[in-house]
Amino acid sequence: MIDWQPLWLSFQLAFVTTAILLLLAIPLAYWLAYSRFRWKVIAEAIISLPMVLPPSVLGFYLLLAFSPSGAFGHFLDRYLDIRLVFTFPGLVVASLLYSLPFMINPILSGFRSLPPNLKEASRTLGKSAFTTLLRILLPNIRTSLITGAVLSFAHTIGEFGVVLMIGGNIPGQTRVASLAIYDEVQSMNYPLANRYALTLFAFSFGILLLVYLVNHHFSKPNPLP
Amino acid sequence: MTKSFLRFRASKMLHSTEGSQLLEVSFEMEKGRLLTLYGPSGAGKTTLLRILAGLTDTRSADIEVAGEVWEDSTRRIHLPTPRRSIGFVFQDFALFPHLTVRQQLEFALPKETGRTKIIDELLALMELEGLQDRRPSLLSGGQQQRVALARAIARRPKLLLLDEPLSAIDDEMRFRLQDYILTAHRHYQLTTVLVSHSLPEIFRLSDEVIHLDKGLIREQGAPSDIFLREKISSKFRVTGEIVGIVPADIVFIVSVYCANTIVKVIATAEEIAGLHIGQKVIVASKAFNPVILPVS
Repeated sequence: MIDWQPLWLSFQLAFVTTAILLLLAIPLAYWLAYSRFRWKVIAEAIISLPMVLPPSVLGFYLLLAFSPSGAFGHFLDRYLDIRLVFTFPGLVVASLLYSLPFMINPILSGFRSLPPNLKEASRTLGKSAFTTLLRILLPNIRTSLITGAVLSFAHTIGEFGVVLMIGGNIPGQTRVASLAIYDEVQSMNYPLANRYALTLFAFSFGILLLVYLVNHHFSKPNPLP
Repeated sequence: MTKSFLRFRASKMLHSTEGSQLLEVSFEMEKGRLLTLYGPSGAGKTTLLRILAGLTDTRSADIEVAGEVWEDSTRRIHLPTPRRSIGFVFQDFALFPHLTVRQQLEFALPKETGRTKIIDELLALMELEGLQDRRPSLLSGGQQQRVALARAIARRPKLLLLDEPLSAIDDEMRFRLQDYILTAHRHYQLTTVLVSHSLPEIFRLSDEVIHLDKGLIREQGAPSDIFLREKISSKFRVTGEIVGIVPADIVFIVSVYCANTIVKVIATAEEIAGLHIGQKVIVASKAFNPVILPVS
């Protein structure tokens, strides 16, 4: 019988990661889009790094960093009582790093595609940078926000290398759906692997379809000039 | 001497395709006047307006409006744009795509003051009542311009800044929109700085003109002083643009587009030297008295 636990865990991980990323990526993308800081390209390159690195490389270094025998992991363990290796919070932190570019890049290009004088017009009307962001910029990059959220969600669902490295495949804790499929294949249980795979497939497709439908509906009657 | 409403001095390097030059300008202005900045593109008109709004940095600047210091280089004062009491109409209007006409005006009001009276008043004044629930993408250029103007005025700014607000509008509409600008300027007793390079517009709207060229003030004064100062003292004159120069026997026929028609003027070879198609000219006559007839 199919065990829903890994699927549920995958969904939880993707949801938490996407929600945190959304809050994290908006100020970061805003800074990248509008700051005149000269070396911000370096920050941009670092953020995009997880897109080109093999997940196992990222997972490996995160494992070293989070390990209680390492300095950072030791600090977390000793003073904050947080352990990130082989735990769900560890998976979330790893997923945040791993999916960050998928959230940042759509939002960043959204900001950059807006005519600069929208922001200026809002400022000449006496509005603060925060009000301008909230009431003028974000509503006009709604489609970019949706795209970023969907990509991050889907990307986190599809994680394998990083979660294997940092999560260690513990049932009920870090054994997400992609790992469950791998396990069933390893133990030659193809029908069950197939069920997991098919569920994941249908679920991912359904979500993407829904979001693109919503996106299409939003962007149509309200084109940018 | 009466204290000026606006004192302005700024210097800034301008960088354009034709190289760099220094913008070095200072002027003063009285309350309730409409000042036009006039000059060739790249002269620094828009930059000057943006400096007034605090949207562009300067090398050094001193700006004082209604006794309030907006910019003072020696004391390192720079009042950020949101804290300056201005209304700014951008060349492409910069309307917010996601807000309706009414919402654009509501957004412009200071934090929920509940002053919807001025919104209704502005919508009526700009004849936008029927369009108040539309988004900008469903408005014509002229309508968008009126929304931008109303939005800029909604918070009752001390200074209204208009950056070539009519350049994207066709000629017929332009004339009517000038009326809206004049109406708003007078109704709300605004002090207005306008950037324009259309002579008819400047004549119609301005109390005062500053002619900018290569970052410096070339002339300053009433429009009639600046544009009609030439040798001729004529009784009849219109400004227009040359649309054609054709030789005919020993003379030339110059076609000038002015006042919505094309006027043909005979000119000698000597007279057309220095004239070219597209040039702004004055067609004047002093030998006869023009008659005025009503158009049926």
